[in-house]
Amino acid sequence: MTTTPLDNEQVLQLKQDFPLLTETQVAGHPLVYLDTGATSQVPLAVADAERDFTLRHRAAVHRGAHTLAVEATDFFEDARATVSRFVGADPYSLVWTSNATEGLNLLSYAMSNATAGSNGSEHAERFRLGPGDEIVTTQAEHHANLIPWQELAARTGATLRVVPVDERGLITPQAVAATLSERTKLVAFTHVSNVTGAITDVPGVVAEAQKVGALTVLDACQSVPHMPIDFPALGVDFAVFSAHKMLGPTGIGALYGRRELLNALPTFLTGGSMITKVTTEHAQYLDSPVRFEAGTQRISQAVAWAEAVRYLEKIGMDRIEAWEAELGGRLARGITEIDGVRLLGPAPGVERVGLASIDVAGVHAHDVGQLLDVAGIAVRVGHHCAQPLHRELGLTASTRASTYLYNTTDDVDRFLDELSRVRGYFRAEGA
Amino acid sequence: MSAELDQLYQTIILEHSHKRSGETEQDVSSAGERSGVSHQYNPTCGDEITVRVAVTAGENPTVEAVEWNGEGCSISMAAASVLSEMAPGMTLPELEAMIEHFREMLRSRGQVAPDEEILGDAAAFAGVSKFVARVKCAMLSWVAVEDAVNQAASKARTT
Ligand SMILES: Cc1ncc(COP(=O)(O)O)c(C=O)c1O
Repeated sequence: MTTTPLDNEQVLQLKQDFPLLTETQVAGHPLVYLDTGATSQVPLAVADAERDFTLRHRAAVHRGAHTLAVEATDFFEDARATVSRFVGADPYSLVWTSNATEGLNLLSYAMSNATAGSNGSEHAERFRLGPGDEIVTTQAEHHANLIPWQELAARTGATLRVVPVDERGLITPQAVAATLSERTKLVAFTHVSNVTGAITDVPGVVAEAQKVGALTVLDACQSVPHMPIDFPALGVDFAVFSAHKMLGPTGIGALYGRRELLNALPTFLTGGSMITKVTTEHAQYLDSPVRFEAGTQRISQAVAWAEAVRYLEKIGMDRIEAWEAELGGRLARGITEIDGVRLLGPAPGVERVGLASIDVAGVHAHDVGQLLDVAGIAVRVGHHCAQPLHRELGLTASTRASTYLYNTTDDVDRFLDELSRVRGYFRAEGA
Repeated sequence: MSAELDQLYQTIILEHSHKRSGETEQDVSSAGERSGVSHQYNPTCGDEITVRVAVTAGENPTVEAVEWNGEGCSISMAAASVLSEMAPGMTLPELEAMIEHFREMLRSRGQVAPDEEILGDAAAFAGVSKFVARVKCAMLSWVAVEDAVNQAASKARTT
């Protein structure tokens, strides 16, 4: 079955659902929003869902017996069922966190707790780390998928090993395999790079990790919003993603984990709602997902996130993916046609999402972004929380354009048009 | 292109961003008897500068030389270049007064007009004050010089 991508006409229609995109003027120009890689915009339906829950259904969940509390609990757990189904998982495998970063820190601290023998670590043997054990991550990671592992290594005495990227900035299963050893306990890697837009061969990396019996952790921040995802089919043990990059609210994200692993994993934050029996000396913990959800949760945010998922499902993730592949290809081709502008990551024609970063010869990214901003075009400049990858590419900063289902080919063309003026304006050599 | 943008990127700024007075290939990270070194970094954009400032000996030292290594946007590089041209020969109170006025102007969101008597070429940075996100870029090297000169001065007085 072939997918029909969205088209410009449909995109312009659905753009009407996003007041910020249709109403905002920047420096006298209608806004062109090309910074979804940092955070997406939100359709009315999502904001309305949060407001409706807050004004009409709000109550503590999993705590009361009154009608409203039961109803609120249903909303909350329906939201979990919706978001987990979206990534091919059952609700027991999906833990709410405040964002992807917190999900990775939860794993990192739970593994320290396994090492210390605390926090319900009766069945946590496979999460224990010590001197000689190895944690593997890659050069392409967002700092969120690097620093928690650096710190875990420091706390446990394990060694952190880093998979080098190839000359295009890609992680390959071969490079991962070359970094693995019998002592590798965990491999943490990104699905889609937030700098290059390159897509990692996830099953290929998982197969290598499984050969040495290592756990896998996938940073799915830039993939879940943009393509159909099925974590169990990808074979990863854990994965994280954030609502705010996929039409949802800020303040909520999720940790996916294989259920038996989550039930064996020691807890991280402790307190109310996640326990069975508590004495003044000791506590016993519930199973996943509430095992990791101490204290009052982000209820209205979960409800709104589920609405965002329904919005995406109504359009169809396969159609969104196909449309963004078109936009990404147009970006990549257009960029390589401009003199003195270097496209980072995969060449045009090679698979990428609707995201591209560039280096403009003789002009700093901050200045590129300033010129675009004055033309009403919002892009990201800087290191995008990926300093090691920039260093490897010989840069300290780059300029990134990233799309979503609400971007037209005209948005991409306006970006390319302004970009073609940058070197001339700044009198860069040879311009 | 837009007039607003031209206010930010005055010709003087673009020229300095290319020709960069005070920039040197040599490593400036170690200080001598009458010099101070300061390294400043802006974690949001990765702009980075290391400045070495030398002062003359004696009771009332003046700035002798400003040298720097750095990497950053045109605003940050031009600000370092302009200051490297202006600072030599200034007494420390004169330099301090100039930096103070520069800071005040940049933080004013366009409310404080530059005093060209005090700022000279650096008055060209007045347009930066309306671009709040860029104020740090312009200040980076000036903060570095302020820090380095204080170190140099305390050494010069004790030797
Ligand atoms: C690849 C990647 N990983 C992790 C993150 C961190 O996401 P959050 O800030 O929502 O925790 C981001 C977003 O900035 C990202 O793009």
